[in-house]
Amino acid sequence: MQPTCDCCSNLAVVHETIVVEGRRSEVHLCAEHAAERGYLLQGDGDSLLPAGLPLSKLLKKSAADPAAPAVSSTSARTPKACSSCGMTMASLRETQLVGCAECYRALEEELAILIGRTQEGATTHAGRHPMHAAKLIDRAAVRNRLTRDLREAVSREEFERAARIRDEMLALSDPSEAQ
Amino acid sequence: MNNPILPTIAGFDGADAPLGDCVLSSRVRLARNLVGFNFVSRASPEQLADVVHRVQSARLGGPFESAVRWVNVQSTTSLDRLLLFERNLISRPFVESTHPRCVAISADESTSVMVNEEDHLRLQMLAPGMQLRQLSERMFVFDGAIERSLEYAFHPRFGYLTACTTNVGTGIRVSAMLHLPGLALVQELEKVQRSARELHLAIRGFHGEGTDALGDFYQVSNQTTLGRSEQAIVEQFAGEIVPQFVAYELAARRTLLERDPAALDDRVQRALGILRSCRLLSFEESIKFLARVRLGVSLGRISGVPRHLIDQLLLAVQPAHLSRATGCALGNGRDDRGPRADFIRSSLR
Repeated sequence: MQPTCDCCSNLAVVHETIVVEGRRSEVHLCAEHAAERGYLLQGDGDSLLPAGLPLSKLLKKSAADPAAPAVSSTSARTPKACSSCGMTMASLRETQLVGCAECYRALEEELAILIGRTQEGATTHAGRHPMHAAKLIDRAAVRNRLTRDLREAVSREEFERAARIRDEMLALSDPSEAQ
Repeated sequence: MNNPILPTIAGFDGADAPLGDCVLSSRVRLARNLVGFNFVSRASPEQLADVVHRVQSARLGGPFESAVRWVNVQSTTSLDRLLLFERNLISRPFVESTHPRCVAISADESTSVMVNEEDHLRLQMLAPGMQLRQLSERMFVFDGAIERSLEYAFHPRFGYLTACTTNVGTGIRVSAMLHLPGLALVQELEKVQRSARELHLAIRGFHGEGTDALGDFYQVSNQTTLGRSEQAIVEQFAGEIVPQFVAYELAARRTLLERDPAALDDRVQRALGILRSCRLLSFEESIKFLARVRLGVSLGRISGVPRHLIDQLLLAVQPAHLSRATGCALGNGRDDRGPRADFIRSSLR
């Protein structure tokens, strides 16, 4: 039976196997949630992108921004670790505890999948926020809008516009903002 | 006795507690972490001591404005640690861990702040009966006051950052300790528990996670902390979930009364008789019989015993409270059944 999406009940169209320090884990996502996490779907029908476009390079660059979509592939990979406390997803699976606030920035997409599983599919905060975070909230709203615009530009093959949006996203990222 | 903590059961009278027949207590908890420190599981003892110092130096405000009692949980006696746990002011892991940690308790014992539990801060407010809305309003004011002195770790996408991803976002956990003997007797409890799980609620026993439902007391709490506002979470709990549990329980109690009142009377009066006359009583037995008497009092089948006395005894018969009240020994293998039976007999005379 074809697995369903990790985040909803739709059939998964992206299947990723991640091997970290000998431990296997699997990610299954529907087209919508795959697009949300920045996976590039190739081929016909459900394609978000026609095959062979140079935009994967563009999106890889914007992935340096933690809120921007990340590009993933099916392969064994070096474990990504938090630069502040050293936590990896493998160590998180063992302890069930995140090491520090920086982990949420360094491993944002990986944690978003885990969080979605434990929080009824929710990955975005909708509640109160500290006073000091008001600026971040605005910034996040702008970034979300830019991410949507970028996806739209890519789907319409408007590459110059996509590049401008990417530059805006890079300018928006500020390493001091995540706590 | 040097520096006895919590010699009385303050703030837990509960005589007029809303929905007190079915709701023993309400609790609202927020999980928070401070900027600039690793979370507790990855912090060094020096960092954790620094967190304690930072929090103790901050102006916490709210219920702590007039008076606050700090207890150094690392250095206090094991009896005091257990007292705090039995009173739901600290958690079981907080009793057992060994790293630097402390708890702040308000004068009326309704508010506590655990420092260096799983998260740097666990803010908690407790009240008898169903008072989740009132508690949450007070809690948000308290949280706002703390935030003026301490900077919380926050992420624009994930919200308040916590050590466990099950708390991330709002960091809020609302819970109610429900007394559901009617549902247990009409054998509907399992069905209600199943529905609760479908609503993504956690159902735990007398002392929370991993404990048995002694005396048909169940702690029900939200499991989802992200994607909805604090107000929406509280409102669903206070406006829909708890009232629904209470409605089911009251319907079950009516069924019991209609079906076989003599059997119900025998059950609750027999429990009262045992409590008033037996000479040896274990903790588990005492909770079981007190819970039955509580049902009898709530249904008007037992008179002369106020419900809030039973609620106080439910706290007072626990090992550390009993040890503090009677001077009996506390610890594995110590037989405290005699002192417990004496204590309950004298209370229910």
